[in-house]
Amino acid sequence: MQVWSWPGFFGYLGNTYLLGGAITTLWLTAISITAGLALGFALAMMRLSRNRAIAAPAFFYIWLFRGTPVLVQLIVIYTGLPQLGIRLSVVQSALLGLSLNEAAYLAEIVRAGILAVPAGQVNAARALGMRGPQVMRHVVLPQALRIIVPPLGNSVNGLLKTTSITSVISMEELLRRTQILIQQKFMVLELFAVAALYYLAMTTAWDFVQRRIERRFGRAYATAAAEVNHR
Amino acid sequence: MIEIQDLGKWYGSVQVLKGCTTHVDKGEVVVVCGPSGSGKSTLIKCVNGLEPFQRGSILVNGVSVGAVGTDLPSLRARIGMVFQSFELFPHLSVLGNLTLAQRKVLGRNATEASARARALLDRVGLAAHAEKYPGQLSGGQQQRVAIARALAMDPVAMLFDEPTSALDPEMINEVLDVMTALAQDGMTMICVTHEMGFARRVAHRVVFMDQGEILEDRPSADFFGAPETDRARAFLSRILHH
Ligand SMILES: Nc1ncnc2c1ncn2[C@@H]1O[C@H](COP(=O)(O)OP(=O)(O)OP(=O)(O)O)[C@@H](O)[C@H]1O
Ligand SMILES: [Mg+2]
Repeated sequence: MQVWSWPGFFGYLGNTYLLGGAITTLWLTAISITAGLALGFALAMMRLSRNRAIAAPAFFYIWLFRGTPVLVQLIVIYTGLPQLGIRLSVVQSALLGLSLNEAAYLAEIVRAGILAVPAGQVNAARALGMRGPQVMRHVVLPQALRIIVPPLGNSVNGLLKTTSITSVISMEELLRRTQILIQQKFMVLELFAVAALYYLAMTTAWDFVQRRIERRFGRAYATAAAEVNHR
Repeated sequence: MIEIQDLGKWYGSVQVLKGCTTHVDKGEVVVVCGPSGSGKSTLIKCVNGLEPFQRGSILVNGVSVGAVGTDLPSLRARIGMVFQSFELFPHLSVLGNLTLAQRKVLGRNATEASARARALLDRVGLAAHAEKYPGQLSGGQQQRVAIARALAMDPVAMLFDEPTSALDPEMINEVLDVMTALAQDGMTMICVTHEMGFARRVAHRVVFMDQGEILEDRPSADFFGAPETDRARAFLSRILHH
């Protein structure tokens, strides 16, 4: 075992193999959060239904996926499903596992956002003759979105790091590629430090994007607050 | 124009409307008053089908509100409603508030809708505020926008649920003035309000409710001149001398 090597650290800082892993981490996150949000939205709408036959399956899904480790879900999808004749590639398994798990959490975030919109707003929209889907699309969701965006941003931050779990099913994302390099080069700390820096760069960049999105959704309210302070 | 016959409504096992019968003719202004919890809000929410009812019938322009086949959204599009807490859409500008339902419900294009919106904002004295957001307006201004939003749908009748009770005293009159002008233009109106000055000046009839029942339904001069029931007398003396 050697001591810390600065040349080793800097040498791997711009390593294209690791950068490729980071890019995989990025698209894993982007696809999983998008698919998870779509499914999560559907689950939230189901849970809000007054019809028990519609609400119950969504409740069960959320209970199941929030109550078991995502690591276990991934392993079951990749190594358990083939037993049922369902054979998914590593990439398919990783995307499916992350999306299904994320959907359960996002469903609760979306549901809380929708419930936070006052009932009076729905009544006002209905009184204008708007139909259920129009009320949802034009009155409830835009207001819910402002409430949903901050926790959704945290989910993206979390998912950027959770993607590393897919390394156990040999998905070649940042962590997996770091480990592969470590096995060849034995620079454990240097390589993990580079990986950590990559993760930090990605989460920090996301923080920046998230703040901009939050400002955009808070615009109507920000001007209102400024006005009130002004008076 | 609006016929309410033997209306009965229950929340679970609690009956909140008991055999209410009244009518509002075209161009008539009816004020509904009564103690808190007497069922005033529930009554007018039944008129545009925001609340379902279990007994009796309501006809609006000959359309039965409670009938199974009635398309409630298109009925509601023709009945304006104004709420105690304004309920402007906070994420939309004033103009956006006035054009949303015109475009999505009536299918007007953006140009038509905003022309109509601006004309109405002018009518309620808020032409200069079209681009602002509701949160930037005072309560009285917000309520006037809410009235304009309802008028933008070209309603055949307007329902008001205590439109001034959430307002600071100095803002009440600007809203009542808009309502008075509307009444003078011949709008059919049901107003739940405790503004007895407005009722005296503007209403053709007063409906007095208590505990889910309509106890008095008379021309406003008669009602204020000599209420028939003890409960109406007690209510009036409480509200006029507080
Ligand atoms: N969603 C509801 N569920 C159960 N009971 C309700 C509901 N809404 C109203 N009620 C009850 O129905 C009765 C009539 O209520 P309503 O709001 O129509 O009275 P109101 O005359 O408008 O009173 P206020 O002057 O306080 O506005 C009250 O006893 C109230 O508690
Ligand atoms: Mg009320």
